[in-house]
Amino acid sequence: MTVIIPYDDVENGVCVSFGRAPYFLAYDTETGCRSQSPNPAAQEQGGAGLKAAQCVADLGARALITFRCGENAAEVLAAAGVEIYKAPEADVDRCLQAFAEGKLEKLTKFHAGFHGIR
Amino acid sequence: MKIAVLSGKGGAGKTMVAVNLAAAAKRAVYIDCDVEEPNGRLFWKPAEVRRTQVGVAVPEFDPALCTGCRRCVDFCRFNALVYIRETPRVFPEVCHSCGGCALVCPNGAVREKSRPIGVLEQGRSGDVTVITGELSPGEASGVPLIREALRADTGSSLTVIDCPPGSACPVMESAEAADYCILVAEPTAFGLHNVKMVHELAVILGKPCGVIINKQEKAYEPLELFCRENGLEILARIGYDAEFARLIARGEILYHADRRAAALFDGVLKRAGGGRE
Ligand code: SF4
Ligand code: SF4
Repeated sequence: MTVIIPYDDVENGVCVSFGRAPYFLAYDTETGCRSQSPNPAAQEQGGAGLKAAQCVADLGARALITFRCGENAAEVLAAAGVEIYKAPEADVDRCLQAFAEGKLEKLTKFHAGFHGIR
Repeated sequence: MKIAVLSGKGGAGKTMVAVNLAAAAKRAVYIDCDVEEPNGRLFWKPAEVRRTQVGVAVPEFDPALCTGCRRCVDFCRFNALVYIRETPRVFPEVCHSCGGCALVCPNGAVREKSRPIGVLEQGRSGDVTVITGELSPGEASGVPLIREALRADTGSSLTVIDCPPGSACPVMESAEAADYCILVAEPTAFGLHNVKMVHELAVILGKPCGVIINKQEKAYEPLELFCRENGLEILARIGYDAEFARLIARGEILYHADRRAAALFDGVLKRAGGGRE
C-alpha cells in the first residue's frame, strides 16, 4: 500500500503544513520504493488543503502521516479511504519505521479551514 | 445621498452614529450591513417586518450525466471541488458561486441550487425604512448578503449604511455604494490605528470623508494631527455623557430622546452634506 508524507525538501523532513507542503513523498510498503511529487496546492491562496487532499487521493494513498490537517481535507481523505496518522517527529525514516511497526496514532484533531481570502 | 458609517473595530459607537444620523434626516433608509452582529434594529424596533431568505448558488452534480472528466475540478480556482470515488463534490463554504463549473462541464452534469446563508429583514420605524442583513452563524462570508441589503434600498433623500467593523472585503462592499464616509474614532492610540485603516479604505474607494470622535474626554493630539494632515473634517466630538449612556443602554434613539443629541446630529448631517432641502 501507498503511504504519503508531506515533505519539506529544505528542512529534509515532514512538512509542518499539509496543504502547502512543497512535496508529497510516496512510500510503497510492499516494494520499499520511494517517490517524490510536487504538491500542486503548494502555492494556492485558498482551498489548498482540499487540492492537496485530492492529490493524495489521486496518488492512490491508503495512509497519510502528517503533523496537522484541516477539517475539509480530512473529510476528503476519509471519503477517499485514506487513514490519517499523526507524525511523531520530523524524521521521515523514523516515521515510516514507526508506521511499519504499527506504533503511530491516528490524527483526530483537525483545524478549521481558512477558506482563502474573501 | 448615501452616507456610510465606518469604524476600525466594534464598540466605537458606529451604530449609535448611524442610527442617529438617519433619525436626524427624518425620512431615511437605514441599512445594517454589520451582518454578523446587526444591532441597529434594537434601536429602531421596526414594525411591519418582512423577512426573506438570502442564498448563494452552489453547484449540484448529476451522476447520471457526469463522465468524470474533472474539468469542473480543474477549473475551480477556489479549489472548492474535489473528485472522489468517481463523483465531483463541492465544499459549499469554499465555493464563491462563480458559476464556472457549470459552464465548463461538457456534459451538462452541473446544476445550480441555492444554499441559504442568512436573512434580509425589511421594516419601518416612523419614516425610516430599516433594512437588516442577518448572516447565519458559521457562514464565512457576508458579502452576498450585504449586496442584497444594499440592493433593497428603496431610495430616499438619505440612506445611511452601517458598515461592518474592520476594513476587509465586507466593509469595501458596504462603503462602495456611499457618496460620503463617516469614520467613527476613539481618541486613543488604538483608535488612531483603527481610523487610519478605515481611512485608507475610503481613500482607495475615492470617497470624501469626515470624522466623529467619540468618547472624548480631552483631545488626543496624534488623532487631531492625523485629521489635519489628511484634510479630514471633524464633524463632531462626543464626550462621555451619563444621560446618553443611560438612553443607549435602554435602546433609545438619542436624537428622539435628548435635545442636545438632536442638535449635535443635525450639525453632523449638515456638515456631511446630507441636510434636508
Ligand atoms: S461555482 Fe465557481 S467557485 Fe463554486 S464550485 Fe463552481 S467553479 Fe468553484
Ligand atoms: S466537468 Fe462535468 S462531466 Fe466532467 S467531472 Fe465535472 S461534472 Fe463530471
